[in-house]
Amino acid sequence: MDFNHAKDLLELCKIHNLPISEVMKRRELELAEISADEVECKMRRALEIMKESTHKAIESPSKSMGGLIGGESQKLMAHFGEGKGICGAKLEKGIAYAMAVLETNASMGLIVAAPTAGSAGVVPGLLLSLQEAYDFSDEDVLQALYNAGAIGYLAMKNATVAGAVGGCQAEVGVASAMAASAAVELLGGTPEQCMNAASTVLMNMLGLVCDPVGGLVEYPCQARNAAGVANALIAAEMALAGIPQLIPLDEMITVMYSVGRRLPVELRETALGGCATAPSACANCNMCS
Amino acid sequence: MSFISLFDVIGPNMVGPSSSHTAGANKIAFLAQKMIAEPITKVEFTLYGSFAKTYRGHGTDRALLGGIMGFYTDDLRIRDSYEIADEAGLDYSFVINDIEEDVHPNTVDILMENEKGQRLSVRGESIGGGKVRISRINGVEVDFTGEYSAVIVTHYDRVGVAAHITKSLSESEVNIAFMHLFREKKGHIAYTIVESDGKLPEGIDDKIMENENVNDVMIVQL
Repeated sequence: MDFNHAKDLLELCKIHNLPISEVMKRRELELAEISADEVECKMRRALEIMKESTHKAIESPSKSMGGLIGGESQKLMAHFGEGKGICGAKLEKGIAYAMAVLETNASMGLIVAAPTAGSAGVVPGLLLSLQEAYDFSDEDVLQALYNAGAIGYLAMKNATVAGAVGGCQAEVGVASAMAASAAVELLGGTPEQCMNAASTVLMNMLGLVCDPVGGLVEYPCQARNAAGVANALIAAEMALAGIPQLIPLDEMITVMYSVGRRLPVELRETALGGCATAPSACANCNMCS
Repeated sequence: MSFISLFDVIGPNMVGPSSSHTAGANKIAFLAQKMIAEPITKVEFTLYGSFAKTYRGHGTDRALLGGIMGFYTDDLRIRDSYEIADEAGLDYSFVINDIEEDVHPNTVDILMENEKGQRLSVRGESIGGGKVRISRINGVEVDFTGEYSAVIVTHYDRVGVAAHITKSLSESEVNIAFMHLFREKKGHIAYTIVESDGKLPEGIDDKIMENENVNDVMIVQL
């Protein structure tokens, strides 16, 4: 059960009457030649690390290796704790968790790249926030992760998830598309709605450049992971409401890739443009000296 | 492109912050230490390109040192690898080469020495998403990824050595996925790298060593 494009995946879902998550799981079993137990065990370990990495920085913040971030997720949770949040519980927790993962990552903690380390906060941020809001079981969230994996795989296969090749839209953009699709399945949406959500995210994050200050996975990466959660939630909401997407996911992935390759090299992870060369960013970064 | 697994997307599980500069660097060093008999007493890392520029903020140095001590990408001891290396009495050093430009941007040369005084140099490139490529062994250009179980045979470039290697492998029921030969020049030292899908059986190295033209056999598997 293999597929190269979203169109084929959708077809498989229809023929076998299966959700995206299940098709992706079966593909792995067939092609990676590993047992169902091994796949299950690996995914459980990923979920366990995701849970730890979304909570650790909130409880005990630590300064990042490059010194540009640290403590943001704790500040957010304190702010929400006082009832001062303006986003609503699901988004509030989602952004706090996403930023926490990036803090953990930037201080050499353990994370699950999803699909990359720099975008590792989006998928766990949104899914774990939804798990708490709706009391979903771990089994439900594991299924959602298979779904997320399918969308990430399509982007990896047909475009790129490397900031150096396609900019931040390929990293946080794809992570956010993964999270949106997974959220739709988690909340009972159809495979088609999952793809619509993923496509909407890529459309809304199109052109986002990769411009890390000092070349480090810290700033603006952390805040962009929070933006990725918000974009995923918006797109999932639209898809679940039954709003169709004009541009199918396959085409949107091609569009994202084509825009990415046309980004100048200064805006693809080289730290030679964008936020990385803003005077205040340079003043706070000691990487060149 | 080769098979993309679900766990290439949801994964790798890794100590941050960068899949290429931390996890990839770690994996290169991890593979390198498997190519020389333990214990390693001395190691010198030469960093090129982006590794040379941003290694501190990415913890590339700790990831490399951790890899040499056998810590894999999701091992939190990587964070404390300087302290652990000091305690173990490992002699390590880092050399920054920001002049050489004709290399992949994330390249490291690792020169190792073990207790017996054997030396081995390995060049690795971190090619993105935690994936790596070993591109040189002792200055000879090679090419393997560490994704598969590998047998690396150092031998003289003589008739029959390759046949001996494949015969030894087939007798041990090892299915060969890829096999490449690399040599310095005709008749001198050559390297044969065989990659296989499954775990390699015990004693396969001794069996290959039986040929008089074989100098060394290294088994590299995760």
